[in-house]
Amino acid sequence: MPLVEISNLGVAFSGVPVLHGINLKIEKGEAVGLVGESGCGKSVTWLAALGLLPGKAAVSGSVRLGEEELVGAPREKLEQVRGGRIAMIFQDPSSSLNPVLRAGRQIAEAVELHQGLAGAAARAEAIRLMDLVGIPGAARRFDNYPHEFSGGQNQRLMIAMALAGKPDLLVADEPTTALDATIQAQILDLLISLRQETGMAIVFISHDLGAVSQICERVCVMYAGRIVEQCSTEMLFRAPRHPYTRGLFDAIPRLDAGRERSIPIPGTVPQAGRMPAGCAFAPRCGYATDVCHNQVPALSGTEGRATACFNALDEMRSATASGTTKQKVEFA
Amino acid sequence: MTAANLIEAAGLVKTYVSRKGLFGTATHVRAVDGVTLSVAPSTTLGIVGESGSGKSTTGRLLLGLEAPTEGEVKFDGKPMPAIKTNAWRDLRSRMQLVFQDPLAALDRRVPIGTQVSEPLDIHAVGTEKERQDRVETLLTAVGLRRDQAGRYPHELSGGQRQRVVIARAIATNPDLLVCDEPVSALDVSIQAQVINLLRDLQEARGIAMAFISHDLKVVRNISDRVAVMYLGRIVEEAPSADIFRRPLHPYTRALVSSVPVPGTALKDRIILQGEPPNPAARPSGCAFHPRCSMATERCKAEVPAFVTVEAGRKAACHLVPAASTET
Repeated sequence: MPLVEISNLGVAFSGVPVLHGINLKIEKGEAVGLVGESGCGKSVTWLAALGLLPGKAAVSGSVRLGEEELVGAPREKLEQVRGGRIAMIFQDPSSSLNPVLRAGRQIAEAVELHQGLAGAAARAEAIRLMDLVGIPGAARRFDNYPHEFSGGQNQRLMIAMALAGKPDLLVADEPTTALDATIQAQILDLLISLRQETGMAIVFISHDLGAVSQICERVCVMYAGRIVEQCSTEMLFRAPRHPYTRGLFDAIPRLDAGRERSIPIPGTVPQAGRMPAGCAFAPRCGYATDVCHNQVPALSGTEGRATACFNALDEMRSATASGTTKQKVEFA
Repeated sequence: MTAANLIEAAGLVKTYVSRKGLFGTATHVRAVDGVTLSVAPSTTLGIVGESGSGKSTTGRLLLGLEAPTEGEVKFDGKPMPAIKTNAWRDLRSRMQLVFQDPLAALDRRVPIGTQVSEPLDIHAVGTEKERQDRVETLLTAVGLRRDQAGRYPHELSGGQRQRVVIARAIATNPDLLVCDEPVSALDVSIQAQVINLLRDLQEARGIAMAFISHDLKVVRNISDRVAVMYLGRIVEEAPSADIFRRPLHPYTRALVSSVPVPGTALKDRIILQGEPPNPAARPSGCAFHPRCSMATERCKAEVPAFVTVEAGRKAACHLVPAASTET
């Protein structure tokens, strides 16, 4: 049985649908990436699952954590799950920490809440967690305030807090986006080693395909509130099948390539209230046919590889789809 | 340096004074510490570095928006006039800045057409009618429609807003464009549109560009030459093709290695330990030595000079041997 099973999850803000039926299974200990541009629903999926959306959001469908149903669950039950079984970290660590409380105290609070420890025991556990996430001199820095730590260390503190409940699943929402390149590598490295040590599953939400490929075995590409492609990281990089995924690869310049022009995806992401009929990507797609403009393609394929496209690219076309001399994306 | 450079900066230093508390002793923070660089027309110099490395301050010094504490900026062979003099104001039309956050750079209560024509009004370019035509030409040049001139910033998408900022920046036909993280706030699929736009404009108008970014992939794609900054100093400068294929300075190596390349495992990468240092507490010797795996005793004591190490390449590291002058 999967750890978390999301089926047909839909979210609408004031009657405007932003999430159109997400189906996603997370197995125990698995690392799954959710990739997409801003507004595609990658964060909303998990905020909805944990009941963290504001009241005007109407959530439909089901999110099952083992035997428990989370959609519509009472607050007490959700509070058990949040931080306990599913923990979440966010993009901007300094705005997630309370600036007027000592950093160690905030982690100890999470420890008290989830592990039932108190006093010196909670403090010792908090220091252990700070040590685990690589804060140098954890015992000495327990009483520092968040502003006395750097951005990368603040993100480490957030991770320590998330680990306090010994979660089965860590949802990391763009955890490295606000950090410098060298610090980003450190945090990715930390997440990988924590997963090895604790065996928790990770959902890594990011717009950075490169970062996702470092952490995750499996990737879901989202566009305008739907999963459009889902497969193993290795397959996705070798041969993306959805024209949007292909377009993303073409749009990102490569460090090892030359100064040739990158190929942008024309147009912009449609607004939630003004979705085109048919496939949401059709107006920007070079492969769109009549059917694309009239009918919404379903996510179809096998467990291991699914695409929501009427004109999915085959291996040959996906390698040269851009029709230019641009190098094929290789998976060494 | 050749006379063909549009802008030349020599030995730029910018010191800010910071105080701990109201009555605390003032400490001098050297945000930019001896930067020498130049940009020729029709070329792009990429400036990369982490936060606090002084790359944005360097951009502002190049534009003359701040006066350097030491050193000199020469624009078109002449020294930069003092700030807020008439000569300085006249120069504004020849150099422009593109910001990171277009929504913050635009006035939300003014239609975009009016905002694009503002530099033309200020510098009194042409007649009213000519300005109006020019605004329409500019909007088309950056890929917006003429009829969008009456729109307000909130009615446009992020990518379109950045186009407006670029249209405004090129309104007076500047010779120099300093772009400070111009695509960092944009989505991947839109980034490429804006980068291509900047390249087309450069090609068509021969603009010299300084492109400041922390995104190495974007810098690789747009720059002819790249300068890597660390704690206020340039530690390596080389043609874009060379620096990413064969970085010489240990910091550049770590930086290049930190870019996640799909398919390479994290294990093979150089992961720097430690935090980017605080400019207020600069390490002795080479500022990078506390994070450098190859640092020697000499690195702790002696500041490495920024010297030519190969034809067209400069670096500041004791471990990268300088090119011998005899050959």
